Amino acid sequence: MMDNRTDHDPVTGTETTGHNWDGIQELNTPLPRWWLWTFYLTIVWGIGYCIAYPAWPLIDRATTGLLGYSTRAEVEAQIAEVDARNADVAARLASADLATLERDDPAYHYGVAGGAAVFLAHCSQCHGAGAAGALGYPNLLDDDWLWGGTLDAIAATVRHGIRNDTDDDARWSEMPAYGEFLEAEQIAATTEFVLQLSGQAHDSQLAASGAIIFAEECASCHMVSGAGDPETGAPDLTDAIWLYGGDREAITESITNSRFGVMPAWGPRLDEVEIKAVTLYVHQLGGGE
Amino acid sequence: MSDSEPTALYAAREPIFPRRVSGPFRTLKWWIMGVTLGIYYLTPWIRWDRGPNLPDQAVLIDLAGRRFYFFWIEIWPHELYFVAGLLIMAGVGLFLFTSALGRVWCGYACPQTVWTDLFLLVERWIEGDRNARMRLWKSGWTLRKIRLSLTKWTLWMLISVATGGAWVFYFADAPTLLRDLIALDAAPVAYFTIMILTGTTFVLGGFMREQICIYMCPWPRIQAAMMDEETLTVAYRDWRGEPRSKGTKRRALAERAMASAQAAGPRIGGRSPRIPMPGIEPAAGKPEPARDEPGDCIDCNACVNVCPVGIDIRDGQQLACITCALCIDACDDVMARIGKPRGLIDYLAFSDEKRERAGKSSLSVWRHVLRPRTIAYTTLWSFIGLALLYALFVRPGIDITVAPVRNPQFVVLSDGSIRNAYDVRLRNKHGEDRPFRIQIVGNAALRLDLEGVDATQVPVPADDTARQRVYVIASANTDPALADSTDIRFWVEDIVSGERSYQDSVFNGRTRP
Repeated sequence: MMDNRTDHDPVTGTETTGHNWDGIQELNTPLPRWWLWTFYLTIVWGIGYCIAYPAWPLIDRATTGLLGYSTRAEVEAQIAEVDARNADVAARLASADLATLERDDPAYHYGVAGGAAVFLAHCSQCHGAGAAGALGYPNLLDDDWLWGGTLDAIAATVRHGIRNDTDDDARWSEMPAYGEFLEAEQIAATTEFVLQLSGQAHDSQLAASGAIIFAEECASCHMVSGAGDPETGAPDLTDAIWLYGGDREAITESITNSRFGVMPAWGPRLDEVEIKAVTLYVHQLGGGE
Repeated sequence: MSDSEPTALYAAREPIFPRRVSGPFRTLKWWIMGVTLGIYYLTPWIRWDRGPNLPDQAVLIDLAGRRFYFFWIEIWPHELYFVAGLLIMAGVGLFLFTSALGRVWCGYACPQTVWTDLFLLVERWIEGDRNARMRLWKSGWTLRKIRLSLTKWTLWMLISVATGGAWVFYFADAPTLLRDLIALDAAPVAYFTIMILTGTTFVLGGFMREQICIYMCPWPRIQAAMMDEETLTVAYRDWRGEPRSKGTKRRALAERAMASAQAAGPRIGGRSPRIPMPGIEPAAGKPEPARDEPGDCIDCNACVNVCPVGIDIRDGQQLACITCALCIDACDDVMARIGKPRGLIDYLAFSDEKRERAGKSSLSVWRHVLRPRTIAYTTLWSFIGLALLYALFVRPGIDITVAPVRNPQFVVLSDGSIRNAYDVRLRNKHGEDRPFRIQIVGNAALRLDLEGVDATQVPVPADDTARQRVYVIASANTDPALADSTDIRFWVEDIVSGERSYQDSVFNGRTRP
């Protein structure tokens, strides 16, 4: 023990810790004792927390903790709680006749909101998250429907799908590949007539001979006017909407090799509420009839 | 250099027993305490009629409904800039007060100070003044001490419950919530909040006190950085008080000084000038530099005894000092009794201290308060305040926001026309249902269509937001249908009141390669 006075800083009179780095002394300004106790308390709390809650990572999982808490279980409980709360409105939607369901009915709102989730999970892979479709996958926002755009027609399409082998009630039609029956010149003439039908630039001489071929070969499905038929899924050839492209090259390809778009049946995979919900959702995207 | 270990790295709290004091600053503090506590406890109970669809509580933070009601003002979540503006004003206001008057916030208005003051009042009422409390502290746990302590803690607890309780009334209809609370029928979060705030009030006001200010609060550090040499703050006139002395030592000093003064001959003035209170003319006569005669400080420790944070202001400005000015009252009282002028401890700027030492008189209070820095703060503060007021009075009772649907940007319809979709939100801030009309003005090529609605009118419920999908359609081969993008403006009109509001957006046409 050295002289006690040297333990104090001469300027402030504060006690020093006795630590000295290159002539710089460390002063001792004592922390309050309660601070120390608070620190110990946090350690005790931390130990208690590790025991009560999941904390330590093990090889394949973490310690579960005495309270058995898990965020996944909490989410499951919350989902179950929401489902229970919505049970009434879901049952109402399941038994509802969509065509007469009022827009201010809670079941309608439940359907549209839930249908959006169903759509993103099951439909967006082909039709796109915004339902705008892509080449070969119909745009569900526009006012043109191959198989009808009423609520019941949409529900039937969702339930049974299109041109699939798994559902006997699937919508079905098959355009022949005219490359096997017609000469290249005949196909070219028909193409010009289809261009004329949709009001695009065309060769009128070829179109005139194409009109004859069209009346013989195509009008049975696409109608004499070319307006198509939702009963057979025959596209309207007079409008501005083309599933596989509307230019000369794309139309020639369609006539020569035909198209065969398939949609799976969702009846086996979705329940009644989900089918009606996604139907309501699709119907209100801007094209519903 | 010594290698010996210090005595302790941790120190127990020194108990503080502030003595009762009276004077103008104490009176001011009582008033501020009364007003601030009154505002805090009573505000939730003020009623304000807003009609049938809206709450009738004057000040209400409706978290579930996402509304903030303040008398005639109703703030929606998207108008949070009002709150941000008020916070900025509070910040700039604190800069202003701190640069002019130091830590006045700490000394007068901080809840920690106000509630500690209230708890001290209770403590003094139950246990007596400083000396009685010190005796009680030192005594063993007698029956009397137990009785007094229990009484004190009970009263503290009642205040704490009222404090924690008042808080939750700001978030729900106060009378209903009070009934529910008593009937044990209120939401658990209400009880939980009350419990936490009761606990913090009890511990912070009764036991932690100055420890909060010294060790926990960041403001002493921040505010210290905002003060300058012109800032008025509580300080000790060292040149006037020193050398402090009392008793026989003081008499001996005085006699020696008298002898040397007589030897030096007559002189004008004295070392004890009159220090003016704000608004009172300063007296004639300039202070003289300190001499070897005894200073005005008689070392009576009155300033130390009244201090709620247990410091000695004569050691100079220090972090622990909350500038509550009670030492000024205490010292002025003593100076009056010994026949010396007031102001040995006073609101004093550092620059004045230097002036007085140099024998000059100090500047007036206004010269310290009104200077470029404080004027700049005041200007900024007022500017923000006026801007907020302006925004408050011009904001319409209706509002529209338009979010264009980007996926896809446009849809081609059968007839070749181009359709864009927009998610429109219509806000009705009125207390009743209103029909709104949506329009696009100024572009004849564009047509409006509302999803699920035949007309262009949308009913919007009272004090609510309606969402509406709106389509804008450009016929084939029109300018907007062919242009990459066209600027458009959505107008919404409240059919009842005729109020209008708009939002600009764009129409995306068919992009040609």
